[in-house]
Amino acid sequence: MNDAATLAEAAVGHNRPEPYDVEKVRQDFPILQREVYGQPLVYLDSAASAQKPRQVIEAVESAYQEDYSNVHRGVHFLSQRATDRFEASREAAARFINAASSDEIIFTRGGTESINLVAASYGRKFLREGDEIVISHLEHHSNIVPWQMLRDEKGLKLKVVPVDDDGNFLLDAYAELLGPKTRFVAITHMSNALGKVVPAKEVIRLAHERDIPVLLDGCQAVSHQAIDVQDLDVDFYVFSGHKLYGPTGVGVLYGKMDLLDKMPPYQGGGEMISSVTFEESTFKPVPHRFEAGTPAIVQVIGLGAALQYVEDLGIENIAAHEAGLLEYAHKRLSEIDGLRILGSTENKASIVSFTMDGAHAHDIGTIVDRAGVAVRAGHHCAQPLMDRFDIAASARASFGLYNTFGEVDALAESLNAVTEIFG
Amino acid sequence: MFDDLRELYQEVILDHGKNPRNFGAMDDANRAARGDNPMCGDRITVYLSVDQDGVIREASFSGQGCAISTASASMMTEIVKGKTVDDAKELFQSFHNMCTKDHCDMSAHEESDPDAVERLTVLSGVRQFPVRVKCATLAWHTLNAATTSADEAEPETVTTE
Repeated sequence: MNDAATLAEAAVGHNRPEPYDVEKVRQDFPILQREVYGQPLVYLDSAASAQKPRQVIEAVESAYQEDYSNVHRGVHFLSQRATDRFEASREAAARFINAASSDEIIFTRGGTESINLVAASYGRKFLREGDEIVISHLEHHSNIVPWQMLRDEKGLKLKVVPVDDDGNFLLDAYAELLGPKTRFVAITHMSNALGKVVPAKEVIRLAHERDIPVLLDGCQAVSHQAIDVQDLDVDFYVFSGHKLYGPTGVGVLYGKMDLLDKMPPYQGGGEMISSVTFEESTFKPVPHRFEAGTPAIVQVIGLGAALQYVEDLGIENIAAHEAGLLEYAHKRLSEIDGLRILGSTENKASIVSFTMDGAHAHDIGTIVDRAGVAVRAGHHCAQPLMDRFDIAASARASFGLYNTFGEVDALAESLNAVTEIFG
Repeated sequence: MFDDLRELYQEVILDHGKNPRNFGAMDDANRAARGDNPMCGDRITVYLSVDQDGVIREASFSGQGCAISTASASMMTEIVKGKTVDDAKELFQSFHNMCTKDHCDMSAHEESDPDAVERLTVLSGVRQFPVRVKCATLAWHTLNAATTSADEAEPETVTTE
């Protein structure tokens, strides 16, 4: 081989995307180095809340240590610095979900508040007695209860899209539920309890045929797949920071500008007004109209770092790594006698929800915990879905960008202790 | 296997968890209450038949729960049968203290009720698992609510939160 060919090959090799190096990724997460009960921590509860890379921790620290002040107020140096970093996160969030403008990004306290904001503002203004809202059987309580409250206040009806025995969203049944009285659709993009992904694009297309706006609850989906709100043509998209490797206390509401622009404020206070007299107040334009009070400045800055972190790793790379983990977890867990996984790998992101004969999820959770394995046990804030499968609770292992195949093995081995006690 | 897990899941607990005694609704109950543990989704209903002298003649429970809450409910229905409501409440207080506080045991009841003390002490393994204490005490909280329910036809609901 001559030199030119070697160079050419080296160049090709260099351009090839590097394989996902999970061990290197793990070095970014200080907490993953710790032990629990003398065992290495195996953290399989990222769907409840993900761990934070040092890039996020350092961003939070430097925001406090170097650039802290209130935002959008002072003329002084630090106020400008804090405002710049805060607003840079808005740009980052817009880029992350491909919003047309960063003005379409509203910072909230979390996914829950984002949904409540839409229910309280859009819902109160545009929905009337007798109108129908369509949700699904896969919803987290946070995408059920705000609509129930609005229903009771305004005399609306809630219609629920069923799922099949495998947990798949039933698109045909959904299409049938859309009727002349349907005025809003609020559906999860991905089930937090099962990991099932909803055919969002079709959901939105069918609703839009009838001019019905759609809110997608993306709290789970954002950390597992690329989100393009323009391609989806979704009207509202909701996610939280802490499930996306960012801080708690911050969430995002994306809304199409023409909708946001028509919506009244959600809360009143400072930051959201143009002028106030005792007779009346006028409000700032979107997005500030919806951000009353001092926001979660440092958390928003931390979220910006989290978005950058995920972007740098590449969401496609993360998704591919997690798909491997999911498949392997299904294989290993299926080998365990009496273990039943809820939902096949079809249309599913990296969550494995399961029950075991004779052992309640809570007992499973306690037993594997002693082996250092953190899983969620319970109804996952999705009681109607648990009722659908006629179970009180399930155990849920959820995998994030830092989990390894070895950790799947650790989970499977720790479940043997459950069989040993209850088998 | 870890010792504290063995301590928690003793044979007697596994047995009551798998084959709960006095399981099922009671048709002629004159006291009932529902107990929820919202954290894990456990839901039970406790039924009592209390006579004019305040003695619990019959006790049963229904619902779904983990091994700890099921075993605790099962053992409780056995223990309180024949006791006055007041005695049952006092026993619960001691049991609750034993599960949640250091250096608390049930020695005060040792002489009057050695059998109850022995059974409840088995459950004290939950002390090493603070989040599971609510599982062990759910049935007792529910019993407590049942004995104070004013309306016999409409069961009260208590939660562990």
